[in-house]
Amino acid sequence: MAQTKTQFGYRRHPDQDRRDGDPAEHAVVVVGAGPVGLSLAIDLAQRGQSVVLLDDADRIGEGSRAICFSKRSLEFWDRLGIGQRMVDKGVVWSVGKIFHGDHLLYQFNLLPEQGHKRPAFINLQQFYAEAYLVDRVEELPNIDLRWRNKVTGLEVRNDHVVLTIETPDGPYRIGASYLVACDGARSSLRQMVGAEFAGQVFEDQFLIADVKMAAEFPTERWFWFDPPFHAGRSALLHKQPDDIWRIDLQLNPDADPTVEKRPENVRPRLARMLGHDKFEFEWISLYKFQCRRMERFLHGRVMFAGDAAHQVSPFGARGANSGLEDAENLAWKLDRVLRGSSPQALLATYHTERSAAADENIRESTRSTDFMAPVSPQEARLRKAVLSLAKETEFGKRMINGGRLSVPSVYESPLSSADGDDWRGGPRPGTSMPDAPVAGEAAFLTEAFIKAGKRFTLLAFSNGADIDTPEDVGVIRIGGPDGLADPQGLASRRYDAEPGTAYLLRPDGYVAARFRHPTRAALDAALARATGHS
Amino acid sequence: MTLSTESNFTKPDDAFRAVVEAHRGLSDAQSADLDAALVLILANHIGDIGVLREAIELAKRRMATADQQAQQQQQ
Repeated sequence: MAQTKTQFGYRRHPDQDRRDGDPAEHAVVVVGAGPVGLSLAIDLAQRGQSVVLLDDADRIGEGSRAICFSKRSLEFWDRLGIGQRMVDKGVVWSVGKIFHGDHLLYQFNLLPEQGHKRPAFINLQQFYAEAYLVDRVEELPNIDLRWRNKVTGLEVRNDHVVLTIETPDGPYRIGASYLVACDGARSSLRQMVGAEFAGQVFEDQFLIADVKMAAEFPTERWFWFDPPFHAGRSALLHKQPDDIWRIDLQLNPDADPTVEKRPENVRPRLARMLGHDKFEFEWISLYKFQCRRMERFLHGRVMFAGDAAHQVSPFGARGANSGLEDAENLAWKLDRVLRGSSPQALLATYHTERSAAADENIRESTRSTDFMAPVSPQEARLRKAVLSLAKETEFGKRMINGGRLSVPSVYESPLSSADGDDWRGGPRPGTSMPDAPVAGEAAFLTEAFIKAGKRFTLLAFSNGADIDTPEDVGVIRIGGPDGLADPQGLASRRYDAEPGTAYLLRPDGYVAARFRHPTRAALDAALARATGHS
Repeated sequence: MTLSTESNFTKPDDAFRAVVEAHRGLSDAQSADLDAALVLILANHIGDIGVLREAIELAKRRMATADQQAQQQQQ
């Protein structure tokens, strides 16, 4: 089977020559160079932090792989300078179709409106995403990426941690003020802090196959209940770059993994699905769903992000995307705490916001999984009723759950200031900023946010008056003589804006507060709250 | 809105009869299929998750009471 890999070299680091009693001290160490760890390191480095990034392997492109990256993830990657490369390589899609037997039951469009820089989703093999992230890391001198550096020990001290790291040259130790574990579902750091990883394991087994073939299927997500080629079970078809197609087939709970995985057994199943057998296997894997999370994402100075902190079933694209949301949430907070511009308590809001998001992702993906694999005869009966009602009713279509796809979480957060004015729409505090087309120095609001410095930013709809903006707060002005134009009126509409309206955006592009007529005092108070000072 | 447990039909017997007749001649499995669809259709018509939860709770409480009575009779 073909397998695209990128090999990286182990290099000895001067830290390894330090005396054992005097390990090198670093501000931030990130463990795990997957999409989450790499993105976090880049975000921190772009904010001026020096980051040591450790990975126990020396190559990428193996193991279970994410393929669907959300609009939110692409907007994050735009801020890291690699969004365009991902989109250029990826397969853009927004339409999903759900079939029952051979009938089309329901079709949905995840981004039915125009005027967004990024699409609802791209499909891109995880190894491409990782390779592009590594390229970006290599452009940033303040990231020190060390391959074949496996963390084998963790000592927690009062104001720092000390790591023991195994390398081809033997072990060495380093100290870190903060440690972020992005080391995946089988996180060894999680075991080292002694944390539980509790949740639910689903009995049904799924077969994933990536096959290479020339095919004319549209670039849509196709999901089948009880398809003619796989009676009684479910199936999913998705396109990836390079003429690769991802196929997921639900197997019986008692299926034997070693037998099912053999290409000679997978081939006839897929041939029935595709109607031909002109394809080559890229990758075959068998898995069971798990939905679980750590109770606390913060253990003193050790923080957990991505699959290390929470694991969901894959239907819904909530794994890698939620890990990337963890990274964007943590990066700016950790940067501020390291600079001393926010108290350490700000980090607690990483747990508050992202553990609630993990709960939501687990709830959504558990519901999808239960719908696909009903656990009792009555559950199966209810599902059958939904599928049959969907043929003639709108409500039945909407109840079919073939995976609810990842959307950015909304935070009920101590960092948000409650609305004091009257709003009919627009993103409320705790919501990620909606994009809109603008004209002038930037073509989209998300671009204007990057140009304004990816920091606390005031998005102000001009009424001609000057706004007294706190220091270190960027400004995006819409309208007025030096502001961006809003030619289609979409920015105003999406933000329910009137002349004078202003939104205070956090460095991760979330709304912290909004005002019909901002005063300096109100802005100062909202900023203090959003930076963990009150 | 809260769950209404007042008598809402002018002729409650008609409503009961309509459901009974819908099940006439069906096997247990077919009846269960019918009920599943009926519950979802009615739930959607109500369109209020609070009312639906109250209805579920009332139905379950009644089951618990019935179970207790059955146990007491055995003792």
